[in-house]
Amino acid sequence: MLENLNILFNEVYKILLLLIPVLVSVAMIVWLDRRVWAFVQKRRGPNVVGPFGLFQSLADALKYIFKEIIIPASSNKIIFILAPIVTMTLALVSWAVIPFSETYVLADINVGILYLFAVSSLGVYGIIMGGWASNSKYPFLGAIRSAAQMVSYEVSIGVIIINVLLCVGSLNLKDIVLAQQDLWFIIPLFPMFVIFFISALAETNRPPFDLPEAEAELVAGYQTEYSGMMYAMFWLGEYANILLMCSMGSILFLGGWLSPINIYPFTLVPAPLWLIFKILLLFILFSLVKAIVPRYRYDQLMKLGWKIFLPFSLIWLILTSSYLFYFNLLPVN
Amino acid sequence: MIVHSIFFYIFSIIAIFSAIMVTVSRNTVHSVFFLILDFISISCLFIMIGAEFIGMIMLIVYVGAVAVLFLFVVMMLNVSQQKNEWLSGEKNSNHIPIGLLISALIFFELIIVAGGWKYKPELLGSFNSMGIDLTTTNTHQIGNVLYTDYIHLFQLSGMILLVAMVGAIVLTFRKREGIKRQGYFRQISRERKDGVELIDVKSKKGVKIDV
Repeated sequence: MLENLNILFNEVYKILLLLIPVLVSVAMIVWLDRRVWAFVQKRRGPNVVGPFGLFQSLADALKYIFKEIIIPASSNKIIFILAPIVTMTLALVSWAVIPFSETYVLADINVGILYLFAVSSLGVYGIIMGGWASNSKYPFLGAIRSAAQMVSYEVSIGVIIINVLLCVGSLNLKDIVLAQQDLWFIIPLFPMFVIFFISALAETNRPPFDLPEAEAELVAGYQTEYSGMMYAMFWLGEYANILLMCSMGSILFLGGWLSPINIYPFTLVPAPLWLIFKILLLFILFSLVKAIVPRYRYDQLMKLGWKIFLPFSLIWLILTSSYLFYFNLLPVN
Repeated sequence: MIVHSIFFYIFSIIAIFSAIMVTVSRNTVHSVFFLILDFISISCLFIMIGAEFIGMIMLIVYVGAVAVLFLFVVMMLNVSQQKNEWLSGEKNSNHIPIGLLISALIFFELIIVAGGWKYKPELLGSFNSMGIDLTTTNTHQIGNVLYTDYIHLFQLSGMILLVAMVGAIVLTFRKREGIKRQGYFRQISRERKDGVELIDVKSKKGVKIDV
């Protein structure tokens, strides 16, 4: 019994060791996002609270905690409250399988990449539930848009993942990283990396694909009726999802925790730092895109997903598999 | 082992409860949400018996795609306030006897299968002769069976799905007249001389503009 308790406490300790840094970095990443956005537009961004404005997100979080949560009278109350909880839980739950180095991984499961894909495809439910339960026009329209958008772009993300898996021969995230020791997959699969990046923007409802919450048309989309801590939970979940997409991109294409060159000064840097560095790099790209690209029209968004990305990634899939087959490089054991 | 069975009972109770709630809840959208809960707990059960690939595929296909479409249709058609006839006590519904008959049939079939497994252990042995070894992951095992022995059936089922998809598009596709579409190629390849024409306008005579 005592032994079981020990194992339990050990696991809880490990989970907290992962969860708290993720939550803190989500708060920091919001600050970074606003900062990058401001610098592109020649503004200063948040720079008052703390050094360089670093504590801005903490101040915002405090403000959200002390605000009143307003639940609309005609809403479906259970689902209305459940929606932000679902969003945030799903955003955090997927961090369990991210390998930070060969040993630092919470759950080293055989179907890691499928797990990530499954959890990210569940993410749409938080939005649909929030939009439907609000019982109001703008949230409902936002939810419907977002459902169609996320389902469409998941298809191309799935095909891109298959491209990478063909080169690895395993669904385990650790194996995917270790297969890139000689060559990061961004070099042979560069077009797939570009499509993955754009699809990740669409999957996380980031600009230029932020139609579910397009403020010019839909007020704030599915979040219109939310206030206080419930709004903050949507917001945390969204940014945790963005970070997750960045880490997925760096594991699939940028070699995860591996250092770019395996020689002396680079090997001194601990492996998790490389992964964090790559995630930050991708995230800065995310926020640059937000600052410089105008919003897509809805029919253009759908056309891009179904008529350009899906055929292109399918053709690339055929190319990859025939190349691997012809040169006998298929990872068969 | 005891933790394992506790989790098994938790997931199976949730699965059965939500399966019942799918049929009896008054609000159609709630039914779909319970269906999703059912799918998720079933996939947890799959993962618990070690079939993690099937569990994840279940999550991706059913929860991530099929149930989203269900939810979509139910929300768009606005049938959420449909009355459940069984609960409101109306006599004129004849689904219940048929439903009971079918569920009894399925139940007995399941009992026969499970009973065969229990009382004829050599049924289990016949699976080992198919060349599945337990040292590789079950993704590899499924791939080995699916893409070698059953490749024709597998591709045939893919073709059937493709035909169904194309058929659905053909049945619902209507060519409507008078729609203005954006053509990227036409838009980009347009040059100055296609759009602008300079005309020397004579004084006091004007010029006729035709569109």
